[in-house]
Amino acid sequence: MKDMSVRSDFPIMDRLIHDKPLTYLDSAATSQKPAVVIDALADFYRNNNANVHRGIYTLSEESTLAYETARVKVANFINAGSEEQIIFTRNTTESLNLIAYAWGRDNIKEGDEILITPMEHHSNMIPWMLLCKEIGCKLKYISINEDGTLDLSNLDELISENTKIVSLTHMSNVLGTINPIKQIIEKANKAGALSVIDGAQGAPHLPVDVIDLDVDLYAFSAHKMLGPTGVGVLYGKEKILSAMSPFLGGGEMIDEVYEDRFTTKEAPWKFEAGTPNFADVAAFGVAIDYLDDIGMDNVRQHEIDITQYALDQVRKIDRDITVFGPKNLDIRGGVLAFDFPGVHPHDVAQMMDWDGVQIRAGHHCAQPLMRRLGVSATARASFYIYNNQEDVDRFIDSLKKGGEFFGDASR
Amino acid sequence: MMPQDEPKFDELYRELILDHYRYPHNRGVLEKPDVDMQQHNPVCGDEIRLTAIIEDGTISQIEFMGQGCSISQASASMLTDRVTGLELTDVDALSVEFRNMLRGDDPDEQMMQDLMALQGVSKYPVRVKCAVLAWDTLQKALKLK
Repeated sequence: MKDMSVRSDFPIMDRLIHDKPLTYLDSAATSQKPAVVIDALADFYRNNNANVHRGIYTLSEESTLAYETARVKVANFINAGSEEQIIFTRNTTESLNLIAYAWGRDNIKEGDEILITPMEHHSNMIPWMLLCKEIGCKLKYISINEDGTLDLSNLDELISENTKIVSLTHMSNVLGTINPIKQIIEKANKAGALSVIDGAQGAPHLPVDVIDLDVDLYAFSAHKMLGPTGVGVLYGKEKILSAMSPFLGGGEMIDEVYEDRFTTKEAPWKFEAGTPNFADVAAFGVAIDYLDDIGMDNVRQHEIDITQYALDQVRKIDRDITVFGPKNLDIRGGVLAFDFPGVHPHDVAQMMDWDGVQIRAGHHCAQPLMRRLGVSATARASFYIYNNQEDVDRFIDSLKKGGEFFGDASR
Repeated sequence: MMPQDEPKFDELYRELILDHYRYPHNRGVLEKPDVDMQQHNPVCGDEIRLTAIIEDGTISQIEFMGQGCSISQASASMLTDRVTGLELTDVDALSVEFRNMLRGDDPDEQMMQDLMALQGVSKYPVRVKCAVLAWDTLQKALKLK
């Protein structure tokens, strides 16, 4: 496995947890931050802080420039045609809610259908459920195969003239499945449905080209890709964004306001009501630069290598460990959710914590998927650019140790 | 930032807890129970169902079913042992004392008996709700009665 040699860029990696070196394996939940991003945030507050889009004064101009430059960087990062197609939100969840609220309410009627999958994060389910409850539309699901891939055999029947939105995850945060989104987007677009991709696990780990995908709307979060918390992105096609109603109302999003009416700014500012999270967005721009320097193809290759190594090592453990999701690394990202027979995921995570290994245990905000897998919870390790072979080795050692500790319970 | 006392592995996973997890007591569902209550922890999916028979203000029989981590299941098993034969008013007092212990208070050891084994959980704020789930279920069940 080629070492990314970036680990030393991440100050938190020097931390000890219970006197053991930190083994951070929960990047699917949130990523760690390189020093350049942490410094950029502090520098911004020390040197440039002022509200954006306001002043004729130097600080506000600098602040606005940092905010809008980050928009350009994000646009380039996913090959959007223009930075005006990049809306800043709080997170992926807010981006998806924005679509359901602003596009959904104008375009969805009673009896219309929204097509999603059983491997969606709750954030790509509940906004549609809320919309269906309000309007009376119907939520339908693409089926899922045993191996954790989507069953697309009846996709042509599932996408009908009643289908108004097709929304799915680029990559599952539990199974690691990388979905064939280009193929599904093409069918959705052809049927006249809005194509929406939850890219929370996509943009941080895979090269994304929204023009090549021909996707209508693509949502992701900064904090999962080395950036600060509190910044989300919604990319949209120009014609869709310009026709869309606003989301939240208030300052920043308006053009002219009278006592009885108002006009809005153009997209994307139309969707950014109130003082935006400009300091974090500015630091997010630095995170994008950092990822650009590494190159997303290299990020992807590293995750293929480390996930393959981890899968091989888990298989060597003399236990009946179930690893969920596809085995083929061409369609699997750096997520390893598993079931350890006789040991509950909470106990697995607790044991590992003593060894400094930080993994996630729970339903991963995907309760319907958990039911399909026949478990109430799973333990999950997930990888990113700063993880190396030693991390996997410590994870495996800890897993074996825990197995021995709880051994009698699993027999 | 770091906790003052570094928690120890075996302070949480006491042998008694592991025994109850491996070989749970009173596991099952009673027929025609006076109370039947199910609760779950939405964060982790732990589930506990309690069925009990109440005679003259006393829990004469109680069984639990459920799934979840060792702490949640062991706690349920220990609860059934401890409250069998107790008057409801005593159950109420015990429940309060148990919760206080998990919040970090010094418990009345004579009152707690075996439940003392769960005291170590109080050092793990995330796991406290695992230990309390069965008691939440019981409290809800008895209030509804």
